Amino acid sequence: MAETFQNLYLGFSVALTPTVLFYAFVGCVIGTLVGVLPGVGPLAGISLLLPATFGLNATNAIVLLAGIYYGAMYGGSTTSILMRIPGEAASVMTCIDGYEMTKKGRAGPALAIAAVGSYIAGTLSIVGLMFLAPPLASFALRFGPPEYFALLVLGLLVLAYMSSGSMPKALAMAALGLLLGMIGIDTMTGFFRFHYGLVELGDGIGVVPVAVGLFGISEILLTAGLPTPPAVHKPKLRELLPSRQEWRDSAAPIGRGTLLGFLIGIIPGSAHIISSFVSYALERRLSKHPERFGQGAVEGVAGPESANNSATSGAFVPMLALGVPSGPIPAVMLAAMMVHGISPGPFLITQQPELFWGFIASMYVGNVVLLILNLPLVGLFVNLLRIPYPFLYPAILVFCVLGVYAVNQSVVDVWIMAIMGALGYLLRKFEFDTAPIVLGVILAPMLEMALRQSLAMSGGNYAIFFSRPIAATMLLVGLALLLLSLRPLLARGADWRRSVGLEAKRALGEENP
Amino acid sequence: MLLAVVTAGETRRLPLGTLHNPGPGYMPLLLAVILGVLGAIVALRGGGAPRLIALRWSEAPHAFAILAGSAFAAFALERLGYRLTVIVLLAFLLGVMERKRPAVVVAVALGLSLGSFFLFSNLLKVPLPRGPWGL
Repeated sequence: MAETFQNLYLGFSVALTPTVLFYAFVGCVIGTLVGVLPGVGPLAGISLLLPATFGLNATNAIVLLAGIYYGAMYGGSTTSILMRIPGEAASVMTCIDGYEMTKKGRAGPALAIAAVGSYIAGTLSIVGLMFLAPPLASFALRFGPPEYFALLVLGLLVLAYMSSGSMPKALAMAALGLLLGMIGIDTMTGFFRFHYGLVELGDGIGVVPVAVGLFGISEILLTAGLPTPPAVHKPKLRELLPSRQEWRDSAAPIGRGTLLGFLIGIIPGSAHIISSFVSYALERRLSKHPERFGQGAVEGVAGPESANNSATSGAFVPMLALGVPSGPIPAVMLAAMMVHGISPGPFLITQQPELFWGFIASMYVGNVVLLILNLPLVGLFVNLLRIPYPFLYPAILVFCVLGVYAVNQSVVDVWIMAIMGALGYLLRKFEFDTAPIVLGVILAPMLEMALRQSLAMSGGNYAIFFSRPIAATMLLVGLALLLLSLRPLLARGADWRRSVGLEAKRALGEENP
Repeated sequence: MLLAVVTAGETRRLPLGTLHNPGPGYMPLLLAVILGVLGAIVALRGGGAPRLIALRWSEAPHAFAILAGSAFAAFALERLGYRLTVIVLLAFLLGVMERKRPAVVVAVALGLSLGSFFLFSNLLKVPLPRGPWGL
């Protein structure tokens, strides 16, 4: 323990030099700017700016990139809360209650809770990273394809079970999302599925055009043509800060989101994306008033925002401790470190302690810089809502087109966004939840790959999923949720979800603008 | 349900494999079946839902026009370039759909188009398409 603090002191002596602080600040500013633009999320931001770090020394370069990463993660939540446009996949759940809070004039508190929740989650997860990196990394390595498959199935079932509408509708949407995710080249055999002559579909349908279309464009389509656009309360200065009750309501979700995000984040693969989905589902399940979710519950912002930020630190655990990236963003960070002559892995801590601990300390510093930078900006961002809607929605549409195009420089993505916008408009008119579609698109390639790899490992024997303890536990939990959801079909009225108002809300059509 | 049937038909072109060794058509077919079953359940349970006729579609013409604008942007982006496309799109939405004054339309369209291009293309180095004459 004493050695850890001694090492951390060494790290802070590196991270608190004016030059490193400057690069942390620049990284956070660029990251926030990049994150606010729908589509250009942390991955694109880091990839685009990686060459710009080649002239810097290793510490400054990594601090700059980590700042961009954090800034982009936070920036994504700003557009989610203010305009219902997810900057990237991890912000999808923030849209739901964040935007409802905005419509009620609580945009400031939503942004502030997102900023503070992100800060707390980011900081606590770095503490976890510091003390638990080696043991957690070895646990993460026990996650093979069967465990991964079980986790993804569980994630889908949890989301569908806790969805605000009926479970069959939510599962149908998840199946639709999974089907959309099947488009593209099958990585195991090379077959090009459902391409209809479009080479651009080789890598499959992107998450960003789907999410921006289903959430952002559908919102514009539903509201722009109303005879009187929905009134958005312009907050006064004192209303920019959360009330005492909102702080109280957010405290536990922030704690749970931090823990959940960190644990999910360390799992190799892109499982960290589901952390915000699972956190939202968990908060709704634990809430005494689940009917408030989808209507502007602050817990629906605090939990997912903390989870996705905690997961970003969790994702660094296998990368730093073992040199194994747990997703595309840590992979780019790993590449950046290697460009600068650093080899992450078990020997990094012993051979280059000033770099390892400098990186850890700079993550603390980056979180503080992000908080200092973003809390004063809350007022500025909220003032965007003062723009009359007939001027605001064309601008949002332009930024959606720009952001979606910028991801792959492909107009096919812009077409997909428009089609998904139309689909989202129709689905929301008929009171279908669109979040499971996004999750389905994200998980489809991973789910299929994990299933087929598992069967290849076991020679086609499905018992592999039940002979491994972690996979079996997760599948049994998923099965229990499925059985619970079938109960009301057999005995109507015995559904606890109905008793707490989860289905009643939709029946009343309260979400339909 | 219709989508499930169409997808199931499409998977006939792909090798299915076996239950123990799934091919590229296996998962899509399985998902199409699940989607079809869930669609049937939703349809059967639809008796208690509000009637279709009760839905209001007053915003539909506006929504259709905005969708047409999005489709135009997708079609024109690499042909006319980012700046011209955005100018035309904003002129249509603000001038035709929202009936704003011409001076305001011109100012907003030019300002947003050129400003966003400068910020993202020039400063942040996000590659945006250019049209005829490098515009």
